[in-house]
Amino acid sequence: MATDLSSATATTGTSASADASAVVAAPLADATLRGAAAVRRPGLIRWRERNLIIGGTLIALIALVALFAPVIAPYGAQETDYAARLVPPGGDHLLGTDNLGRDILSRIIHGSRIDLRVGIVSVIFPLVLGVVLGSLAGYYGGLVDTFVMRLVDIVQAFPFLILIIAIVAVLGPGLRNMYVAVALVAWVSYARLLRGEILVAKHREYVEAARAMGARDVRVVGRHILPNVISSALVFAMADVILYIVLAASLSYLGLGERPPAPEWGAMITEGRTFLATAWWISAFPGLAIVLTGIAFSIFGDGLADALRPNRR
Amino acid sequence: MSRGQFVARRLIQMVPVLIGITVIVFALIQAIPGDPATTMLGLQARPEAVAALNRELGLDRPLWEQYARYLGDVATLDLGESLKFKVAVASLLQTRLAVSLFLIAYATALTILIALPLGIAAALRKDGPFDQIVRALLMVTMVMPGFWVGILLLIVFSIRLGLFPVSGYGQGFGGHLYHLFLPALTIALSLSPILVRSLRGSILEAMGSDYVKTARAKGLRERAVVLAHVLRNALIPAVTLLGLSVGYLMGGTVIIENVFSLPGAGKLLVESIGARDYPVVQSTTLVFAALVILVNLATDLVYSFLDPRVRLG
Repeated sequence: MATDLSSATATTGTSASADASAVVAAPLADATLRGAAAVRRPGLIRWRERNLIIGGTLIALIALVALFAPVIAPYGAQETDYAARLVPPGGDHLLGTDNLGRDILSRIIHGSRIDLRVGIVSVIFPLVLGVVLGSLAGYYGGLVDTFVMRLVDIVQAFPFLILIIAIVAVLGPGLRNMYVAVALVAWVSYARLLRGEILVAKHREYVEAARAMGARDVRVVGRHILPNVISSALVFAMADVILYIVLAASLSYLGLGERPPAPEWGAMITEGRTFLATAWWISAFPGLAIVLTGIAFSIFGDGLADALRPNRR
Repeated sequence: MSRGQFVARRLIQMVPVLIGITVIVFALIQAIPGDPATTMLGLQARPEAVAALNRELGLDRPLWEQYARYLGDVATLDLGESLKFKVAVASLLQTRLAVSLFLIAYATALTILIALPLGIAAALRKDGPFDQIVRALLMVTMVMPGFWVGILLLIVFSIRLGLFPVSGYGQGFGGHLYHLFLPALTIALSLSPILVRSLRGSILEAMGSDYVKTARAKGLRERAVVLAHVLRNALIPAVTLLGLSVGYLMGGTVIIENVFSLPGAGKLLVESIGARDYPVVQSTTLVFAALVILVNLATDLVYSFLDPRVRLG
């Protein structure tokens, strides 16, 4: 997950059919959802929209599970049953139980609250920071641009995961410090993307027009440029949600993220490590939850990328 | 511009990034909450010991002097001394890095073995059932957390089937290949989707190009067209992508070395975090970043050889 690759991952994550550079290269300036709808053939749900619908439905389902976790889960997240320890999947415990007799399915359902929140919260700070710094660099150019882009180069020279680990190591383990680390490291890919988009957009007529009408810089960027160029950054962000869920799980595994007994999926996988030979289900199913969530966001991201880029193919 | 000048210019461009990296890595130690020496030695440490460590690390000097000293040390490859192992970090890293680099090279080789045939086959049968299956599979492998895949492979191939060792690095080249197969495969599975997508995209792009139409028009057989014209051009972006993935690979090794208990630099990093051995954390991060920069430089150079169209500017 190097930052350079985090952008590559993000891109490929969003478009199963496009190569890594396509999204970055395609100017999305005037591609809007409305544009996609305009070329729609009547009476036929097109593939790109199907992706959007399937992915969106899956995400909504996962969000509902997280929202109503206490109602849906058959057992409590920390509810132990010493009579039913290390029970294999099936029967009363659909996905089995762990060494303390806790129901794996219930813990996964409760854990969805943590993991979904981590994914979404993580993406917000770098997105905002990257959009602001990228806009400044692209719009003003000159020294501001040089400074921001050199900073981008330096941060991107570090392997993404290793810099995150180093920062969390220094600040101390926990999700809050992971948010800080992600904000400090992951903004670069958004900044780079936004800068490129703004460099293209700032010479367009509608921007010239806004400026000619006497709009101030903040208004020109905020009201006129950003709404037209932000879509690509949002596509990236959608793919990055799963990146951060995996990151949080990995940090838990290394002892730097959420700690047991929290039912965070990564922490659950880690807890099962001791019982690999006898009770594979403790580690296997929480990982499956991550994969399913990842697929949901990938499909939705694909749909979003295609919808925002109506001229492809 | 000659190739020599091109290389010289790229080297000069590296200098500010290298300096920037040392600033960030230097800042890591400064970011330790509270007094770094107390944090490293623990709260029960005697005040004399804390003062001595502060003196030893130069933490009692003004900030700029500390940084100047650090830069001087790094320039002379003096990476300080490990608090835990009481040996020079440089020598510690040397042996550990060998393992990590072997794993990275191995994983890269496996990635190519997996991704090349899949990418080519998927592109040649675009939108056919094979292409669809590959794309669906890649969507899944892309979002699988590496440590979870590693754990599953351990359960199936090492614990259940007993085909591979559970941990360790092995003796000799053959031993390394055997011991590191599952770790390298785990990393390759997460990198392959990115490469397959890139390959598929660039092959499709090449297939639609004029030179391929010309080759077909002059009556070349399809096999010759693909081998001599399509692949030769489509492989260039793949080489670049692999080069740019080195940071991602390093992040992967950190996790996977911990899953399979390999004595590599990634395991050293995580162990040092646990032991609050900050000089090692600092230097490992620095060395990983420096390696990324070197590989990126090498990638640029290889690219300029592979693609004669690249203007050396």
